[in-house]
This record gives sequence, C-alpha cells and structure tokens, in this order.
Amino acid sequence: MTHILLVGNPNVGKSALFSRITGTHIVASNYPGTTVGFTKGYFKSGEERVQVTDVPGTYTLEPTSKAEEVAVEMLKDGDLVINVVDVTNLERNLNLTLQLLKRQIPVIVALNMWDDTRHRGINIDVARLEELLGVPVIPTVGVTGQGIKELVRRFPEASIPKTTYSGSDERWARIGDIIKQVQSLSHHHHTWYEHLEDASNNRIGGIFVALLVLSASFWFVRFVGEGIISHIAEPLFEWLWTPLLMKLSLVLGSGGFWHNILIGKLINGQIDYSQSFGLLSTGLYIPLGAVLPYIVSFYLVLGMLEDVGYLPRLAILMDTLMHKLGLHGYAIIPTILGLGCNVPGIMATRILESRRERFIAATLISIGVPCAALQAMIVGLVGQQGWQYVAMVYGSLFISWLIIGFILNHAVRGFSPEILVEIPPYRLPLLRTIAEKLWLRISEFIREALPVVLVTVLVINILYIIGIFNSIANTAAPVLTNLLGLPKETIVALVVGFLRKDVAIGMLAPLALTAKQLVISSTVLAMFFPCAATFVMLARELGARDTVKAAGIMIVAALSMGGLQNLIL
Amino acid sequence: MTLHQMNTGQTGTVVSILGGRRLMQRLEGLGIRPGKKVTKITSSPFRGPVTLRVDNTQVAVGFGMANRIVVQLDRYMSGDIITR
Repeated sequence: MTHILLVGNPNVGKSALFSRITGTHIVASNYPGTTVGFTKGYFKSGEERVQVTDVPGTYTLEPTSKAEEVAVEMLKDGDLVINVVDVTNLERNLNLTLQLLKRQIPVIVALNMWDDTRHRGINIDVARLEELLGVPVIPTVGVTGQGIKELVRRFPEASIPKTTYSGSDERWARIGDIIKQVQSLSHHHHTWYEHLEDASNNRIGGIFVALLVLSASFWFVRFVGEGIISHIAEPLFEWLWTPLLMKLSLVLGSGGFWHNILIGKLINGQIDYSQSFGLLSTGLYIPLGAVLPYIVSFYLVLGMLEDVGYLPRLAILMDTLMHKLGLHGYAIIPTILGLGCNVPGIMATRILESRRERFIAATLISIGVPCAALQAMIVGLVGQQGWQYVAMVYGSLFISWLIIGFILNHAVRGFSPEILVEIPPYRLPLLRTIAEKLWLRISEFIREALPVVLVTVLVINILYIIGIFNSIANTAAPVLTNLLGLPKETIVALVVGFLRKDVAIGMLAPLALTAKQLVISSTVLAMFFPCAATFVMLARELGARDTVKAAGIMIVAALSMGGLQNLIL
Repeated sequence: MTLHQMNTGQTGTVVSILGGRRLMQRLEGLGIRPGKKVTKITSSPFRGPVTLRVDNTQVAVGFGMANRIVVQLDRYMSGDIITR
C-alpha cells in the first residue's frame, strides 16, 4: 500500500488538506500545534488503497520539540511526501521544502492558502517555481477544496530531484535566489482584521480584549449550555423517555434485580434522573441530558476561538504568569483544551519543548483543570445551593493550580525554555468548518464517554448489590469525617471518580449534603485523581514513574485543599 | 542594539544571534536569521515576550531570546551614509 505523508510548517493547513483528500474529518485550527499525534486516513486511487498521514507541523528536519520529533521520525516510512507550503510565507516554508528534497523520497508541493495571495499583494510564478524545485507545484485552498483534484491527479509525477546545496548558508542563498525569480509583491490594503490584530497586540488593548473575550466566552458557554438543557434536553427526557421507562418499570414489576440495574430506585413511585441510578435512567441522563449540552456549548466557543486565531495571542499575555509555574505562555493552549477534556489537553502538552514542562503542565491539568463533563455536573449540582458555592469550587481549583505550579517550578529539576511561537493572522472562520469540527468532537464524546458512563453506572449497581461499598466506606470513614468533614457515604462517589467524574458528582446528589460539604466533595473529586481515560493518557505521555509522582501530588494536594476548606468554610 | 532594546514600530536588520546552534536553528525555522529585516510590534511588561514581524509572519519571542538577537536599526544605517 502506498503511504503518503503530509509534511509542512505548523499552521499551514495540513489538517484541512488531509480532510479534503481522505474525506476523513479531523480537527483543524488556526494555531500552530493543533496536530500533535498523527492521524491516518485512506483514499482510493484507481484500484489501489492509499494511506495518508497528517504529520505534526515542523519548521525543520532537525527537531526542537516532541511534536517535531514525531514528524521527522515518520518520514522514514513514507513513499511520497506532500509538502504543504503557506504561500504567503514562501521564503520560510521553502527552508523545509529544500530540506525535504534532500531526503530520498519523492515530493510534491501544495502551495496552500492560495486564496490569501491576492489581498496580500503576493504574485507567484508557479510554473517557474516548479522548474526551479524540480517537483510538481500545485496551488491549493485546503478549507474550500480548490486544487485538491489537480494535486491528487499529479501524485504520480512526484520525484526526487537532484539537490544543489550543502549546508544551511548555501540553502538560504538558494532560497533567496528562488524567491527573487518567482515572487513579486504589490501594494496591499490593510484588512479590517489586520487592524484588529494591531489592537490586540497593543499592551493595554491586549488585556482589555482578553478580558472581553474570556468573559464573553464564559457567558456564552453557560447561556447556550443552560438553554439546551432547559429547552431541549429536559423536555425530551421528561416527555419522551420517562413514559417509556415507566412502562418498562411496570413490565419489570416495579422492582427486582433487572429493575434495579436498568431503571434503578423509584423515588415516590417516580423516576428521578438525579437519584434513580439505573442504566437507562441516570446512566443516560448524565451524559446526554446534563453533560452533552455543555459539551456542545464549550466546543462551539473553543472552535471559534481556535479558528479566529486568538489562542496564541492569549498565550503571549499569559507568558509572564506561566513562567512562575515553570511553563511558558504556550502551555495555556493544552490547559484550555483540558477544560473540554483532560485527555486531549494532556496529549497537547507535546507542543512544549522540555520534559520538565510536559510533566508540570500535565500534572497541573489533571489536578486543577476540571473537564467540561465535570464542570457541567458541578454547575448543575452545586449551583442549586447558590453561585457563591460554585465560585468557591472554581476559586479553590485555580488557587491549587497556581500553588502547585509554583512549587513544581522550584522542585522539578531541568529547565524550561522560553516561548518562541508564530502568531497566526486573524481569520474569519467558515461556518461550515466550525460546524464540522463541533460535530467531530460531539460524536467523539458520545462514542468514547457514553459507554464508559454506562459501564460505570452498571459497576456501581453491582457493587451496591454485593454490598462492597459498605466495607470501603467504613475503612475510609476516619479520613473523610475527621479531615474533610464529609459523611462516610461520599467515599462511594470518590471511588467512582476513578472511572468517570461526572457520574461521581451525580452520586453526591442523593446524599443530601450541605452546601459546604458539596463544595468540599466537588473540589476533592476534581483534584484527587484523574479519571481512567486521563490516567491512561498520563501514563502514555509521562511514563510509569512520573505518573506515580503526579498521582502522589494529586492525592496530597486534594486532601490538603479539602482539609483547608473544611477548616475555613 | 538588541531586539529587546528596540522601540516598538522600529525596523532593523538582524546582525547576529548570540546563542548556540539550537537557538539559531529554532529562530531560523521561523525566518529570523542574520540579514533579515524585522519590525518590532510590541513588548510586554515584567520580562514578557517581544512580538515582531518578519516577512508576512508575526512571531513572539521570549524575553531572554529577544536579548540575544542583535539588530541594526534601519534609520541609523541611512543616517550613517548621509553624514559620510
């Protein structure tokens, strides 16, 4: 099987081209470092099945970060490289192109973002460029699909040309020569978003824009999330699902083993989605009724921020603060992804250069950054007691994040390099790409989270029936009651937190906790241990030893913070 | 003068980079190398990063790195020629 690699600088549109060529949709954004792993897809060329791999962006073939290492490593097993080039930055991109041409692998060049050349006043002589490079060169627009057919049609023409330079000085001389022959610049008009770029680059303007963007985002996530819950999710469950379940309940005889597993306990003869805890009642309501609406609203906002190109600008503003935590500003991007789900957040720490930074960032994400599912449940449950209590949970998590980062910065050996990152231009996102990306993330949530939630609820029911929770509760009672001031039944929720944290918060609902106990248990649950999926990702990214270290930090941090809350509140 | 010492809005040419091969390579990948014209766009307080424009790209460079990129201001160069 032929294996094609998409290789190019970060943020030149490789992922968009990948989606176009293979028809497999993957997340593409407007910031460098969106793709940190590799994504495979397939398409048919005549009778042959061709494999395409979207390689993380790299500036050179001498890697400087984990993501770039992945990229260079992958070159070894490709049969053909599509070198994706940002045509508006031809000189810099050709640096990688010329390095690729020296490898013994056929290359074809996609001059991407071709639609941007006109308003930027850039004219490129494509035929001449093709002649000078000795490989096919095709103008493309990844987001609209322009030029993709031509690109695929000319795959067979890809070749290994004779290279004519040695060493980097000669390479740059050669690039300068090429640029002089193929590129001419004419006057270009400042677009309105270039003016906006200038405004958010300004020091005061930047902070103002950041406050505006972040508060608008929070408001929007909550407004849309709550809107979907009260206008769509709850009515659907109440009017469509409840009657069906009640019928099933009658059929099952309103009790017994299968009734307990599928429907759970009836509260006053009725199904209560927050207390019944059957597979088909609470097991479906938590992921689809309570969490999914917030997944939709969070990823809608995140998708827009990503595609506009705002995140790297936020990273620059945060740089000084992040240095206090042993990181640099770009670490804010994995952190923000972690607010959706810790798993991709921790994976995204690969964009950081040193091992020390990746350890600190991943540990901080799994302790202080609650995922959207967890947040939806906290807002739903603790919010009933009043907003000040939700604020206490968030405040405690933020303070822990700061303090632990500060301590790790002093305790972890090694060095943290400085920020060095390209800031993409602002772009007006296409509605269709936003919608596709949102759909991708929602279906991923349903595919990955829903089964785990159901298994978790099943396990809870079985453990209840066996009666194992009682012995666990009695063993853990001293810690819980003395240190955290929680009733011993909350241990059940803490144990379940190993599997799914949203279900764990859901288990607090029937316990009739006070507001203070809710704050403490939510905070401890958020901090004390990552869910199973996050734990697997931590182990994969950090290795066994560092994962154990991180887990130790989590437990100590969670118990300290919970104990402190118990004393103060 | 270093990139850090430039005023925002000023344009200059990179003369040299005071650092090892690795730093040179990373900067080179982003298009910052001796001979290139760079325009400083912003600096940040509290030893924050400097942003600059090189060709069509905006790049954010950490405080320490900005101190190791030596530039010669364009205006100074032309003034120099006139006084001769």
